[in-house]
Amino acid sequence: MAKVVMEKLNKHFGEVKAVRDFDLEIPDKEFVVLVGPSGCGKTTTLRMVAGLEDITSGNIYIDDKVVNQLPPKDRDIAMVFQNYALYPHMTVYQNMAFGLTLRKFPKAEIKQRVKEAAEILNIGELLERKPKALSGGQRQRVAVGRAIVRKPKVFLFDEPLSNLDAKLRVQMRVELKKLHDRLQTTIIYVTHDQVEAMTMGDCIVVMKDGLKQQVGAPLELYFRPANKFVAGFIGSPAMNFMEGELLSEQGGLFLQTMGFKLKIPEDKAAKLKSYPEKRVIFGIRPEDLPEAPAAIPNETIEVVVEVLEPLGSEVYLDVKVGETSLIARAEPTTKAKPHFKLYLQPVLENMRFFSIRDEKALF
Amino acid sequence: MSEKFVERMIKFYLPLFIFLFFLLFPFYWMFITAFKSDAELYNLKLNPFFIHEPTFKNILMLFKETLFNRWMFNTFFVAILATILSLSASLLAAYAIQRVRFRGSGPIGISIFFGYLVPPTILFIPLAAIIFQLKIWDSLWSLVLIYPTFLIPFCTWLLMGYFKSIPKEMEECAMIDGASRLRVFWQIVVPLALPGILSAGIFAFTLSWNEYLYALTFISTTTLKTAPVGLITELVRGDVYHWGPLMTGALLASVPVALVYSFFVEHYVAGMTGALKE
Repeated sequence: MAKVVMEKLNKHFGEVKAVRDFDLEIPDKEFVVLVGPSGCGKTTTLRMVAGLEDITSGNIYIDDKVVNQLPPKDRDIAMVFQNYALYPHMTVYQNMAFGLTLRKFPKAEIKQRVKEAAEILNIGELLERKPKALSGGQRQRVAVGRAIVRKPKVFLFDEPLSNLDAKLRVQMRVELKKLHDRLQTTIIYVTHDQVEAMTMGDCIVVMKDGLKQQVGAPLELYFRPANKFVAGFIGSPAMNFMEGELLSEQGGLFLQTMGFKLKIPEDKAAKLKSYPEKRVIFGIRPEDLPEAPAAIPNETIEVVVEVLEPLGSEVYLDVKVGETSLIARAEPTTKAKPHFKLYLQPVLENMRFFSIRDEKALF
Repeated sequence: MSEKFVERMIKFYLPLFIFLFFLLFPFYWMFITAFKSDAELYNLKLNPFFIHEPTFKNILMLFKETLFNRWMFNTFFVAILATILSLSASLLAAYAIQRVRFRGSGPIGISIFFGYLVPPTILFIPLAAIIFQLKIWDSLWSLVLIYPTFLIPFCTWLLMGYFKSIPKEMEECAMIDGASRLRVFWQIVVPLALPGILSAGIFAFTLSWNEYLYALTFISTTTLKTAPVGLITELVRGDVYHWGPLMTGALLASVPVALVYSFFVEHYVAGMTGALKE
């Protein structure tokens, strides 16, 4: 159990700046997820915390102690790797006991701890097997087991679920979350899958190009994204973005874009007053684009349906407005058909505006 | 069925048979010559592919009139020591070049390989000077020391390829688990690389066993000769070839190598392909 602090962390591989001025404070017992597209620096950050990668500059503290120069084995951490990294020449028991044996724990205690961990993870019957004789999900459990027997201060997970099939992944997601509840240990979890991040993390750190984009609770990121990247990355299907022009006319502030014009609600219009540019990027999530029975001036968009994606509980409509494609969520009862016209009535209160210059959220 | 069978015969079994014949005929020749008398050997009227009057005279001559036993022992001694020496050095070198990634590890890896490319026919002259300086001329230790000069480069390269196939995460995980670099090497890397190490070992053993040039130039005392050199220098007297004992010796000397191969053939193949399946 420990607090982890990263301070002005930098990592350069030659010319490439993998991680840039990364600051993060992780409170004790928190489940933090680092998420971002591949090459965003999330795994490098995790490896620096583990001590597997040297730090170019900055500091890492575990429990208020600087660990920059400490070798991995002295940091009191455990890590679960994407490919599990089980030792193929050892049995499951030996795999799990390896770290404890090296630390010269008494035999009885090792046995006790392995048994305990095996029970938690339901792998009691597999202890005598070699990793080769295990399925993907079982290997995953052993890898987690090997980490928890050590009772480390911090758990590090590096995309541990990405080698599992979709169904097992959902199941392991829940199990890891339960495990965190039970063990009450700080966890740093790296993934490229935003669904995993949303469902598992107490706190999510979105990264891109080595830079921290936003830190916050899952729903905070969903409803108040700090910039266009976070808005597009969090949520599935992704938020729709369009560029438009702000028009101050009689009766209020309007948003004009190819093919349609929308009246911006008063409170948002007031906030947009200080925005100096004429053009703006606006975003709206698929669920905020419900169907409208008929056209209402300045409130609805006329679209052409291209593809229907029925999922059962909902249907996603791929539609086109002029040259721009949008995705809208509709009820399963929708009458929409491909190639037919349709009116959508955006929930304007939930619209997000982003600066055209730096793509930051305007409010 | 018959058409497929004929096709398979022509495309697969026939070439295989020709290849096998080509490969095994010298052994057959050695075998039948070992049991023929000189009179039979030089009688052109007899069919040379069969033994007509088997004799054990050649075998007796080999063991009684030459130091064949001694030569075999010498060859074993040199081959095993040279193999152990080369393997230990190559294991450490290959691991360091592949995984420790110190400054200049790349160029060092390549220069080791260049060492392998210099032919022994050129190298033996400067090496002779070194052997003289070390005062181990005409001693088996000279061979034990010289053979690694060509064994280490090959073994190092073979093992480098093998180490590359071991997932790095496994080592990193062990380090987080609390192992030092040395322990990671012994408890994780070496057990996993065992097929590769065996391949390198077999290769080193075979090369040292068959080595001719250095053994011929550095050893002159009859009792210290290795089997390949001893057979040729002692059984070819002037222009007289003692074909019978010579072939017997060649046959017996190739047995250990054949045994080593057949014992480890599975590991050997796995090592050559660098396969490490999870």
